[in-house]
Amino acid sequence: MSLLVGLVVVVPLLAAMSSLAVRRRALLRDVIVLAALLGVSVMSVLLLVHVEANTSLVVRVGGWAPQLGIVLVADMFAALVLAVAMVTITLVEAFSIGQRRSSSGADPTVAAPMLLVLTAGVALSILTGDLFTLFVAFELMLVASYVLLTHQGRQGQVRSGMTYVVINLFASTLFLFGVAFVYAATGTVNLALLVERIPELDTAMRWGIGLWFLVVFGTKAAMFPLFSWLPDSYPTAPTTITAVFAGLLTKIGVYVMIRFHTLMSMDDLGTVILVIAGLTMIVGVLGALAQDDMKRILSFHIVSQIGYMLMGLGLFSVAGVAGAIVFVVHQIPVKTVLFLVGAMIETDRRTSALSRLGGLVSTRPWLAVAFALPALSLAGLPPFSGFVAKFALIDAGIDGGAVAIVVVALVGSALTLLSMVKIWIGVFWGPQNAPAFHAPDSEEWAPRPATARGWSTMSATTGAATALTLAIALFAGPLWDMSERAATELLDGEVYVTDVLGSER
Amino acid sequence: MSGVLILVVGALTAIGTYLVTSRALSRIVLGFALLGHAAVLALVTSGGRAGEPPLADRLDTPADSADPLPQALSLTAIVISFGLTLFLLALAGRQRQLSGDDLVEDDLEDRRIADRAESERSAADRCEGGR
Repeated sequence: MSLLVGLVVVVPLLAAMSSLAVRRRALLRDVIVLAALLGVSVMSVLLLVHVEANTSLVVRVGGWAPQLGIVLVADMFAALVLAVAMVTITLVEAFSIGQRRSSSGADPTVAAPMLLVLTAGVALSILTGDLFTLFVAFELMLVASYVLLTHQGRQGQVRSGMTYVVINLFASTLFLFGVAFVYAATGTVNLALLVERIPELDTAMRWGIGLWFLVVFGTKAAMFPLFSWLPDSYPTAPTTITAVFAGLLTKIGVYVMIRFHTLMSMDDLGTVILVIAGLTMIVGVLGALAQDDMKRILSFHIVSQIGYMLMGLGLFSVAGVAGAIVFVVHQIPVKTVLFLVGAMIETDRRTSALSRLGGLVSTRPWLAVAFALPALSLAGLPPFSGFVAKFALIDAGIDGGAVAIVVVALVGSALTLLSMVKIWIGVFWGPQNAPAFHAPDSEEWAPRPATARGWSTMSATTGAATALTLAIALFAGPLWDMSERAATELLDGEVYVTDVLGSER
Repeated sequence: MSGVLILVVGALTAIGTYLVTSRALSRIVLGFALLGHAAVLALVTSGGRAGEPPLADRLDTPADSADPLPQALSLTAIVISFGLTLFLLALAGRQRQLSGDDLVEDDLEDRRIADRAESERSAADRCEGGR
């Protein structure tokens, strides 16, 4: 079983190399990419089942002691997020193969191998047990995302790609400084050893390290006020790429933040994180309300939803952190489905501007359903997965006595619903505007219409992804149990230390 | 020794940050090169005092050796920053192809706000002229 932990990282990297070698032979390349992603999905689901039934799996790469070598840890939290993330990436790749049949979207000779590199980076970020490997994993993930964002080389992409690359590169440099500071203060970068050593530092040092990594991970997670790169860059990428970014990249930032700040017992920072959480929710959703393009509205929502995850973390209680974990698990597929529906609308009507769309409910009724379900879930209406996640968070907030953040969260939810209604009215209701046959200018890009076969692949994968979001609501009970166990393990820290260091303490 | 290194890290970070905030991508690339050096230097300094090379067959007393772990980490970080510098240069080259220079442009929102201010000012001017 522990072999799987390594394979989840290695298989996508090997497949990326081999698919790059045969990138011109479309069929072979697609088979390699899909097989690798399917394999990784199956492996990560197996891991989840195994970890759920037993204890965490720990792999020491090369057999080195944890103090010196790389440790991969599949605990409850990691296994849960890994499984959802890998299944979601696989669905998006299947979708993009369908979209490619319509000879549009991202250039598959670059995008398919890079998506695999991104997958490896995501898996390694989730599984890694030390800070420096986390840095390398982040770089792996971000380098792939830089290429995916800019590989078409259109003007808008290069412009927003620059902002994206520069800001993320700066955050990575800060990360490296942070690793140096932690090593200077404690003499290790292994998370399990840090669990024991960081609480022994004096308060000023702990605050320094905690705030430093809040900024580093916060930039990746797009929390207030470090989010400005996101709504500008995401909409310029091909929509399938944006779907992966929206579903995964920021969530990995939050995942790492939850792992680091709970394991290192940074409870003192709770109030700071709660204030940032409230501001992130409100600023994100107000930004969304001001937009008139579907992809930009959804991009601002990514920012807003990050606030809810931070809220759960900021409470530093088992219920709060468990709520945040459920929220991460629910957001990954929901955000992805919304962007996939966006990609289908864009393929169908050749624009994503609300002013030029309308009347889709009569021509594409199933698309309206596929949008409505995750949109209502995003707003947190019962019986969808968003309701489960938000209910858990708000319950934890009331228990924790943080009434202010609960009020902000409820207001944010109402505004989220409002902006979803705005998309609904603009895209699905109203008079049916003729498809725009304008020449794609440098800033905007319109895909060619899909073939029937491509369209059915896209519909099938969107349907499957929607089903995944519904399944999360359906299995809310087991999911909550797993999240609660993960939160307990994280806040306690002792379980993690015993798992990783074992008898060598 | 360590004090000097810390000062160098500070100076490199200051110059690097200044360069990164500029508009020209070529300066930003230089800024990141300096910032990368600063971070790597900080990483090496975090290993503590300098010492003998940490080679197993040349070491009589392990306590005298330098800490090898930060050095290994630094090598990895150098390789990564090398690759990213190349990517940034490629991006600057593409921007030069598209627009003739390598300046980072305003984002969409900034330009919309600027356009709105511009149109309001011209509308106000028209009102003034009409009177």
